[in-house]
Amino acid sequence: MNRIACWVGSLFLLVVFSVTSAMAAAEEFPVSPPPMTEGMFPCSNCHAGMEVNRKKRVLKDEHVDIVLHHAESMRWCLDCHDAKDRDKLRLFNGELVKFTESYRLCGECHGNVFRDWKAGLHGKRTGYFSGGKRTYLLCAHCHDPHDPKFKPLKPEPPPYPPTDNRNGR
Amino acid sequence: MADKRYTRRQFIRNLSLAAAAGVSLPLFSSCTKEEKEDFLQKHFKEMTTEEKKNVIAKLEARYLQKYGKKFQISTQEAVSGTLWGYGLDLSRCIGCRRCVYACAKENNNSRRHPQLHWIRVLRLKKGSLIDLENSEHYYNPPVVPEKEYLYLPVQCQQCENPACIKVCPVHATWKEPDGLVVVDYNWCIGCRYCIAACPYKGRVFNWADPTLSPDEVNTSVHYLGNRPRMKSSVEKCTYCVQRVRTGRYPACVEACPTGTRKFGNLLDPNSEIRYIIERKRVFRLKEDLNTEPKFYYFFEA
Repeated sequence: MNRIACWVGSLFLLVVFSVTSAMAAAEEFPVSPPPMTEGMFPCSNCHAGMEVNRKKRVLKDEHVDIVLHHAESMRWCLDCHDAKDRDKLRLFNGELVKFTESYRLCGECHGNVFRDWKAGLHGKRTGYFSGGKRTYLLCAHCHDPHDPKFKPLKPEPPPYPPTDNRNGR
Repeated sequence: MADKRYTRRQFIRNLSLAAAAGVSLPLFSSCTKEEKEDFLQKHFKEMTTEEKKNVIAKLEARYLQKYGKKFQISTQEAVSGTLWGYGLDLSRCIGCRRCVYACAKENNNSRRHPQLHWIRVLRLKKGSLIDLENSEHYYNPPVVPEKEYLYLPVQCQQCENPACIKVCPVHATWKEPDGLVVVDYNWCIGCRYCIAACPYKGRVFNWADPTLSPDEVNTSVHYLGNRPRMKSSVEKCTYCVQRVRTGRYPACVEACPTGTRKFGNLLDPNSEIRYIIERKRVFRLKEDLNTEPKFYYFFEA
């Protein structure tokens, strides 16, 4: 009798804990939609009927714009994308995560950046910091996962100098 | 001894009364009622709720006529328990000036004749961060960042001990309870003492009537912040008072493409700015002047 109660109790606790932690995770990082090329997602639309080719190669038919510059000597597509469920990403331990939770995958290598991102230091948050909706940007919004180095930008024009006639009367 | 003579004191009193009447008579007879009201409008801090309401209604009507849009003018007071602080990561700023133009757009700055910016991005040679005199803010390379430079955006630092409010002869600028230094544009007489006193070049002056086209105007404004200004008033960054008092991030924070800019409540131990101050090596500009800025620069790592 005691043993059954113990089992039921621990099961209940487990359920409560997992539900609350899942809720907390969802509340904690409300991210804007991942930056996908239009019409690409879900990936399984095309990949479902295709054979899995694990060979490292230059992509010629599709995804030709993807040139991997992200530790490419030790990595290939299926290290992060799951071979069976193409609509998911894959962590080291085999757990599948959605594209909206891709920060967990990035955080596996970039732990210190992930720590700062969770605190709101690395990356950007927009909207309301209190009393409203706050949106986080995913790692992939600023860093292309296949080529993560931040690209140089064209700067906005400099201010007019005081002598410029667009600044005076 | 009852001396009925006309004393010097009486003479001066009567003369000055007559002079005041003489000056004010043409003044008030030649101007409209509205101009008279503007002239006699009280300092913002001395207005009653009723008077504030009247002023807001008057301004809304005036803006509707000028820009053809319905304005929402807020007079929201500081939220208790807040002291706003700013963080800026110098290792990540690439000097792209997105913040400068986002700020001008949000805050209804004059676009040209004169062009007024509240953020100035300084470019410094790497290794000479303290050499502010030799910084450049008209840089214009094809792409940023440039290898040998770093970029230091400067705006109003919302000092705890601001030099600008001490020199104002008419108390037109003051520090709010949440730490924001604001200006009552109507009370400002345009003497520009504050501009001379500010060590950060955080204030700019409307040398002419501001130019702001109706389709560029932002209609969600605060009386002490981004409402359209007039000629000969001083203006400055307020950390977007119209946004932060409703819990929203400032416009520059949202515009930055690299996430360089951080904002939060210094009194909230869980805020982003407190995380930065506690874990990163922060510094403030010109700390030796004892102005106690609430703007923290830091380098990642």
